Amino acid sequence: MSTHSFTSRLLRLAVPGVLALFLTAGCSPEQFVMLDPAGPVAQTQLRLIIISAILVLIVVIPVILLLAYIVYRYRDKPDNDASYEPEWSESPKLEAVWWGIPIVIIAALGVVTAKETFALTRPPVSNAKPMTIEVVSLDWKWLFLYPDQHIATVNEVHIPVGTPVQFVLTSDAPMNSFWVPQLGGQEYTMPGMAMGLWLQADQAGDYLGRGANFTGTGFAHNTFHVIAQPSDAFNGWVQQVQSENHPLTVEVYDQLAKPGLAQTMTFSSFPDTLFHDVVQKNGGMSMPMNEEAWTSGRTSSASSSGQGMSGMDMNH
Amino acid sequence: MLEQVKDFASHFFVTGDPLIYGADVSIVVVSLAIIFVLTYFKRWGWLWREWLTTVDHKRIGIMYLIAALLMLFRGGVDGLLMRTQLALPNLHFLEAEHYDQIFTTHGTIMILFMAMPFIFALFNIVVPLQIGARDVAFPYLNAISFWLFFFGALLLNISFVIGGSPDAGWVSYPPLAELGFDPGPGENFYLLAILISGIGSVATGINFMATILKMRAPGMTLMRMPMFTWSVLVTSMIIIFAFPALTVALALLFIDRLVGAHFFTLTGGGDPMQFVNLFWIWGHPEVYIVILPAFGVFSEVVATFSRKRLFGYSAMVASLVLIGIVSYLVWVHHFFTMGASADVNTFFAIASMVIAIPTGVKIFNWLFTMYKGRIRMTMPMLWTIAFVPCFAIGGATGVMLAVAPADYQYHNSYFLIAHFHQVLIGGVVFGMLAGMYYWWPKMFGFKLDERIGRWAFWFFNIGFYVCFMPQYALGFMGMTRRMYTYPEGLGWGPLNFISTIGAYMMGIGFIILVWDIVYSIRYGERDLTGDPWDGRTLEWSLPSPAPHYNFARIPVVTGRDAWWIMKYQMKPEERPDLGPIRPIHMPKNSGRPFIMGVAFFVSGFGFVFNWFVPAIAGLVVVVLCLILRSFEYDAEYYIPVHEIEETEAALGRL
Repeated sequence: MSTHSFTSRLLRLAVPGVLALFLTAGCSPEQFVMLDPAGPVAQTQLRLIIISAILVLIVVIPVILLLAYIVYRYRDKPDNDASYEPEWSESPKLEAVWWGIPIVIIAALGVVTAKETFALTRPPVSNAKPMTIEVVSLDWKWLFLYPDQHIATVNEVHIPVGTPVQFVLTSDAPMNSFWVPQLGGQEYTMPGMAMGLWLQADQAGDYLGRGANFTGTGFAHNTFHVIAQPSDAFNGWVQQVQSENHPLTVEVYDQLAKPGLAQTMTFSSFPDTLFHDVVQKNGGMSMPMNEEAWTSGRTSSASSSGQGMSGMDMNH
Repeated sequence: MLEQVKDFASHFFVTGDPLIYGADVSIVVVSLAIIFVLTYFKRWGWLWREWLTTVDHKRIGIMYLIAALLMLFRGGVDGLLMRTQLALPNLHFLEAEHYDQIFTTHGTIMILFMAMPFIFALFNIVVPLQIGARDVAFPYLNAISFWLFFFGALLLNISFVIGGSPDAGWVSYPPLAELGFDPGPGENFYLLAILISGIGSVATGINFMATILKMRAPGMTLMRMPMFTWSVLVTSMIIIFAFPALTVALALLFIDRLVGAHFFTLTGGGDPMQFVNLFWIWGHPEVYIVILPAFGVFSEVVATFSRKRLFGYSAMVASLVLIGIVSYLVWVHHFFTMGASADVNTFFAIASMVIAIPTGVKIFNWLFTMYKGRIRMTMPMLWTIAFVPCFAIGGATGVMLAVAPADYQYHNSYFLIAHFHQVLIGGVVFGMLAGMYYWWPKMFGFKLDERIGRWAFWFFNIGFYVCFMPQYALGFMGMTRRMYTYPEGLGWGPLNFISTIGAYMMGIGFIILVWDIVYSIRYGERDLTGDPWDGRTLEWSLPSPAPHYNFARIPVVTGRDAWWIMKYQMKPEERPDLGPIRPIHMPKNSGRPFIMGVAFFVSGFGFVFNWFVPAIAGLVVVVLCLILRSFEYDAEYYIPVHEIEETEAALGRL
């Protein structure tokens, strides 16, 4: 696709330029996680970051240069021979220029924004069958439930490379935000609601995720790891977890839900209705949602609206 | 019994942190020192008669200014404490609880108790003088506004040593801010402090809208108003429509906490999203409430110090009004990532970008005001020139943030932190400082020293870039706001360290600024003409400081830049005949606004701890004050002609 080749050229030019600025401060390029995408969602968002940066620089750079020139040229010195027109204060032509240029730039940026905003609610294009992982943010840990594999993990989530993953998010604590910068932007986890976020890793790796919305004293340590593996390795890992006979019972969940930090954990099974119960317990009952809404996310991508679950009116 | 007292005290007073004990001691020492000085110099009567009971807009403005500078200090110290904690990975200078309180009070104070009083200071000091009025439309209400602000600010600030500070962030989202997760009194301090001062803010909005619409000098049509006055008019309208949303949101949250209602808890049929919406329906217009007056200041300063008419006056007015309208259509951009659908996000993304258009137009108009002018590099002009690139970059990153899908990455990251500090410092703080330097001689009759001012300017400016440019990069590195510490190995250390250095440079800049004020009180150049900058608008036609009735005779305005026309373009025989001096009708001072403030404070303090006796008693006194006012028939007086003539003669104006 032409946009993609355009993007990759931009990436090759712009990213090293920006990074070079900060390398002198002792940071290495791969530490700029937002600029180092490992999947199509983060890739799209980086493309938008670069396009918007270029478009705004079209205005910012001339403004700064013009300011420097004007301040120098028209400074109040007795020997300054620049023209002085104290009553000159209107020029329809000039004003049309600086109403016009920002309008054109904003229009261009608006079109790109609208296009990608809608595109990102759909799963990334891939040959692999999409999968669903349910996420519960707790004080201060992340619980991941695999409805199809029937396993659960804490603070570490494994995903197969190249597979679109819909994370269905809720919270059993103050609202948090689920963010894995190298895979894509974040989405809030809210008590009593289930919201979806599509992500996909195209390269195997260990990506740091983080609770991005303040939740109290444990907030700074509220991180997790996303381990992207080839599907063989992923399936092997699933089987290994399943065989460990270490189930997540309701009692164990209640312990987990208490405020505090936790190590990574794996569980060979979990109660089928756990996610549903957590949403309902926190007020999902009183939401105008139909019962299909949260279950639709687990089975197919077609019925899901991505960043905002079908059947739920999130637009208050 | 003794045990009970001990137990009570250990909860009532904040304990356990040496920083807090240090603050306790310094508060007691400073309070004793103030009491001693006032008593020793027999100044209590003076304080009461000249300041606490005043309804004079100029004095109220000066009190707002002093309060704003004090709060800038408090908020700045909060900022420095945070930057110190973040200077290196894994520091334990502050623990999480303490850090959480500090970022909460930093944000709350800087927006509501620093930026707001700073703009109100300039509203009060400048607007009546610029439009040829003798006071605001409702001087008594104006005093009430100030005292509500003052006691609201006091209520928030005492939480530092009594009861504990709020710690749920300045946005205070439920459910984190609900009783279940945040049982202490800190959050109540936040809610009541803002509720009390918010009443004052709405009253100020109404007051200045009425003043500007009804009290302009003859001949000053709307399109002849100085641009600062225009900015205040638009700001007042935004205040009137925006602040009620905040009041409702905070009042409902308070009812949730006080009596266990469920406005914002899903489990009881409420909805936390509703708080988020209401908060930002106020919160986004709020940033225009604080930035538009700064735009007004820049418009005045740039014309005066380029010795040239303001370029594109009509476009400047149009862009102010446009920004005012569109400011109401962008609030969702604060939470694109909270599950709104793509069509909602697209609408709010594009509306947010649209704001950049009128703002960009203003920047170009300021540039072309300087173009073909004669630019004098005074302190107000330096702050204005520094504002342009800073705000251009801040505005540009704002447009980048408005791109909704990209905001899924930026949201809550240090990129966002860098952006809004750049527009709020580069825009509002630079603007307020430009305004302070510009109108200082009008307030006090002397200029602030330019040489010391330049040192403050350069420290603060360079410090700003050193502090906040690395934060954009930290955002790209995945650092989120409100983290009290971070581990090694993510590469965040060096940039955080640089940022902290910048913060300290800004702190030094602030200290030099205070030194500039102290120095200039003694040695500053006295302004004997009333027009030290060769100004263009009516306030410069008056002596510095202006007599308490402002204008002995109300001027007649014949065009924009009314004073410039009178000075340079009008032949003496063309001057309109203002007639003889007549007795001037003025409002009487009143102690009641101050007493109302105290009553609100007592009531608020009672509600913080669920002590209903003081809470209700305070409200009863408030109602009594209102009743007494409505039976007050002797609230005004006339200044006799001979007294005006004596004052004017003493000022060399007769």
